[in-house]
Amino acid sequence: MPKLTLDDLKKMRESSRKNLSLREGNFRGKLIVHLGTCGIAAGARGIVDTFLEQFDEMEVSDIMFATTGCAGLCSEEPMITVELGDSAPVKYGKLTPEKAIKILEEHVLGGSIVKNLALGVGSERAG
Amino acid sequence: MQDLSLHILDVVENSITAGARNIEIIVSEDAGKDLLTIEISDDGKGMDEEFVQKVLDPFITTRTERRVGLGLSLFAESARMSNGHLRIRSNKLGGTKITALFQHSHIDRRPMGDLGSTLMTLIAGNPQIDFVYRHTRDGRRFELDSKELKERLPNKSLASTEGLKLLRKELKTNLLEFLHTAWPGAHKLRDQK
Ligand SMILES: Nc1ncnc2c1ncn2[C@@H]1O[C@H](COP(=O)(O)OP(=O)(O)O)[C@@H](O)[C@H]1O
Ligand SMILES: [Mg+2]
Repeated sequence: MPKLTLDDLKKMRESSRKNLSLREGNFRGKLIVHLGTCGIAAGARGIVDTFLEQFDEMEVSDIMFATTGCAGLCSEEPMITVELGDSAPVKYGKLTPEKAIKILEEHVLGGSIVKNLALGVGSERAG
Repeated sequence: MQDLSLHILDVVENSITAGARNIEIIVSEDAGKDLLTIEISDDGKGMDEEFVQKVLDPFITTRTERRVGLGLSLFAESARMSNGHLRIRSNKLGGTKITALFQHSHIDRRPMGDLGSTLMTLIAGNPQIDFVYRHTRDGRRFELDSKELKERLPNKSLASTEGLKLLRKELKTNLLEFLHTAWPGAHKLRDQK
């Protein structure tokens, strides 16, 4: 996939915003970083930093940023969950800031799951 | 955990999981007493005395409850490594206070790390919780109250684009400046400019 420009992303966002039902408030989706002890030790805070910087840079205002507890899969940390509209949540693991940006651009803003990085679709919750 | 700011993030995540609405984080550095204190208080659901004892005893953890006690015992271990200790006060009716003491100059004391990033993560990730952060270093003081910051915003939301910008300014600029200039002696240098 060629690198998306900021303009492409804005256009995609405009169109997807119309298509998706609003689940919470003015947000069309939610980006969640897991902050259990293993996640934090594995670098989850750096992933939060990356997302917040990108939100600022790309002027993302229709995606809710959130954090939550342990996802129950220590060996896959740092992990995130992407929830868009009514689609099933998608989990990604072993993140680096580079992978996080790719997921933000292609999945969260672009609408297509990054298959080679996704751990699974659906939500499993553990301690 | 590589540094103290990551321990703080981890321990405050416990407060959030415990349903806290108000969380206070106090860092005090006293060069005269060679003491560094980190205090985290919340109004979450609390723990009973028996559980508090268990949480800090690494030997009581069985395999089935392997994860119980991990974050707090790591923090306690970090404190012990630098000639300090960890104290837990909790009430089963609600409210917990974790206090970690460190010998400031101890060679094995972990570095402070990126406090701004920890606070940004906590506040941006939990805009519904009121956070107070207070940091004193030899008489100088930095203070941040997320409720007060919220009031300054036209839309009253720290999760909004404007909110994140304001947070960034407080935490990545003002706090950083405090941390860089508040060392004993460092402010003298600055005052000469
Ligand atoms: N601030 C708090 N309020 C209420 N309960 C707490 C608090 N901090 C810790 N606990 C309890 O102590 C347990 C152990 O905490 P911790 O050592 O961080 O490990 P973990 O979070 O992985 O369970 C938690 O699961 C929780 O039951
Ligand atoms: Mg914990």
